[in-house]
Amino acid sequence: MTDDTRTAIQSYPQFLWQALKVAFDGNIWYYAWMTVLTALWLVGVNAFSHQLVHGQGLTAMSDHVSWGMYIGNFTYAVGLAAGAVMMVIPAYLYKDKEMHDVVLVGEILAIAAVVVALCFVNVDVGRLDRLWHIIPGIGRFNWPVSMLTWDVIVLSGYLAINLHVVGYLLYMRFLGRTPDKRWYLPFVFLSIIWAVSIHTVTAFLYSGLGGRPFWNTAILAPRFITSAFVTGPAFIVLALQVIRRVTDFHVGDGAIKTLVSILRVTVPLNLFLVGCEVFTEFYTGGTHVSAATYLYFGLHGKTALVPWIWTAIAMNITAAILFLWAPGKQKLWAIDLACVLTLIGIWVEKGIGLIVPGFVPSTLHEVVEYLPNLLEWKVSVGIWALGLILFTIGLKIAVAVFTGRMHVRAETT
Amino acid sequence: MDATRRAALKGAGALLGATAFARAIAPLQAWPENLSLDELLQQHYKELSKVDMAEILARIELKTLQEYGVRVNVEDPRPIPDVNFGYALNLSICVGCRRCAKACHEENNHDRATNNSYIRVLEMDKGSLDLERGTVNYDHEVPQSDKFYMPVQCHQCDKPPCVKVCPVEATWKEPDGIVVVDYNWCIGCRYCEAACPYHARRFNWLAPEIPPEDINPDQGYLSNQIRPAGVMEKCHFCLHRTRKGLLPACLEACPTGARVFGNLADPNSEIRWVLENKRVFVLKEDLGTQPRFFYFFDE
Repeated sequence: MTDDTRTAIQSYPQFLWQALKVAFDGNIWYYAWMTVLTALWLVGVNAFSHQLVHGQGLTAMSDHVSWGMYIGNFTYAVGLAAGAVMMVIPAYLYKDKEMHDVVLVGEILAIAAVVVALCFVNVDVGRLDRLWHIIPGIGRFNWPVSMLTWDVIVLSGYLAINLHVVGYLLYMRFLGRTPDKRWYLPFVFLSIIWAVSIHTVTAFLYSGLGGRPFWNTAILAPRFITSAFVTGPAFIVLALQVIRRVTDFHVGDGAIKTLVSILRVTVPLNLFLVGCEVFTEFYTGGTHVSAATYLYFGLHGKTALVPWIWTAIAMNITAAILFLWAPGKQKLWAIDLACVLTLIGIWVEKGIGLIVPGFVPSTLHEVVEYLPNLLEWKVSVGIWALGLILFTIGLKIAVAVFTGRMHVRAETT
Repeated sequence: MDATRRAALKGAGALLGATAFARAIAPLQAWPENLSLDELLQQHYKELSKVDMAEILARIELKTLQEYGVRVNVEDPRPIPDVNFGYALNLSICVGCRRCAKACHEENNHDRATNNSYIRVLEMDKGSLDLERGTVNYDHEVPQSDKFYMPVQCHQCDKPPCVKVCPVEATWKEPDGIVVVDYNWCIGCRYCEAACPYHARRFNWLAPEIPPEDINPDQGYLSNQIRPAGVMEKCHFCLHRTRKGLLPACLEACPTGARVFGNLADPNSEIRWVLENKRVFVLKEDLGTQPRFFYFFDE
């Protein structure tokens, strides 16, 4: 073992300890932000505790609509995680200098979003106590036949890759060393392919089911990837501006500009793909279209999702117009508004708007509706709050390392 | 702000946070009492030895005695060699009385609160096989002259989409053709329920409620044992009966004789006669699930 390696191993506890201190230290706004998030998270924990003890019957789901808010949010969170790669590609493939400086923000988002996605799956399963059944080698892992086992592999793999890249880069910086390319570049490139895989597999979960015509479409995976490349960049555009305001971390305009040019393509492209789906459904007609009819216009007088989906479409169209119009005019407020609109729009479109119509009408053509109840809202808000807590702490540590406030102290080496 | 005051505030904050967390998870105190370590660590059905199974069956019997005060007999009947079960239903004479659904409800120890059953009976317009034009929510005298009736239950497909998607192999096809669920292995992800094209699967959204006097004491491990909360269940062709030479409860309850059950491997069975001589069809044949539940019309 070389001296360098020994130092690296010995200093690691110090890195963790300093990181912990950074996470629990900040100004009054930081405390306020984290307190609010923690409170929301605890509301979710409390609601979930009730659900865990009594069963999924406390949710609004039923044998007709057996997946709902949780799986919708899961799908959305996977997209957010995959979308973060839209910073990695410019930074590493196109050697965009300004993006390279902030690419860690995207990777930290990927980590937080995968954790959120995993939480949503866990709150959805009926027997959390039996989760070990899905661990390969210990339980019975139905791989490669079950798409859900693929999802376990790709999601945990993506989490591991991003934890490694972020952890390695931050730690080297903490030690004051130049990162060794061999230790992170291969993983960065792997993460690009892997990002596409996580959302493709998530789409295959649904599109592979012949009994659910609404999902059984080859366009689902491309739609998922496209909308991921909307939500990821949109979230990061907002995050970068917050980071620029509340920290001394340097965020150049270039990174935001690059992300906005990506959004100028992906937001309209996403609308185009939705349009292709709508055309195929309604022009063909027949029984196949009943789920889409339910979603967009209501079926047999049941219209629970109609206001949701039209709101989402209006938001996405407005966002597309703003993205095409605002950058030329240098109007940042319009871009921010567009980001917020499309983040919500896609949350509806591929959350509730995608999962629920898969079940309505049911496979025997019963029309039983679903909207999430209070408990599901609480649990969901709690999980997102946890995601934001992780994202904030991750950024806080990264900023502390990059600005030099967090670095190895000589006495321990 | 000086350092001690800051530290004191942080300490107070941490204490407040810990208290809030303890309060938040307080509902969990009710949890462990209905879960034993043996149950938690139980292996998959196919990995259990005869001794393991005997212990598990005894444990389930004891649990039922403790919870309901009822003595039940839980067995694990295995498939009979060279038997391949099939089911056929005569749509010409089914009157839609739903006695099959009721018999299933009682035989299989279903939750009383939800009136659960593995059978749904559709009332359909004569002149169409379009499920979209059917309803399960009819509430009037049957049969109506302009309607026909189509009971739907698990089709025990030879290419079951539900088995394919299960991430933990908690559901599989037995050698006699029955698709079963290991209730003690299922993690409750409900992927199979999404995959089934026939709405044949049911989830235990809450722990089932059955009055002790209504419990059917003749139980099978893979069939009608009282299910725990949070797991899937489905029609199992009453395997605790049919593997012992009895007929399914739904068939025995049918007042018109619309139901025909038997061994597809036996060329002299009634079910084989139906398949060879009647106009037979399966539901959603285009999906390629290859059901072994058939519908037919009289000539």
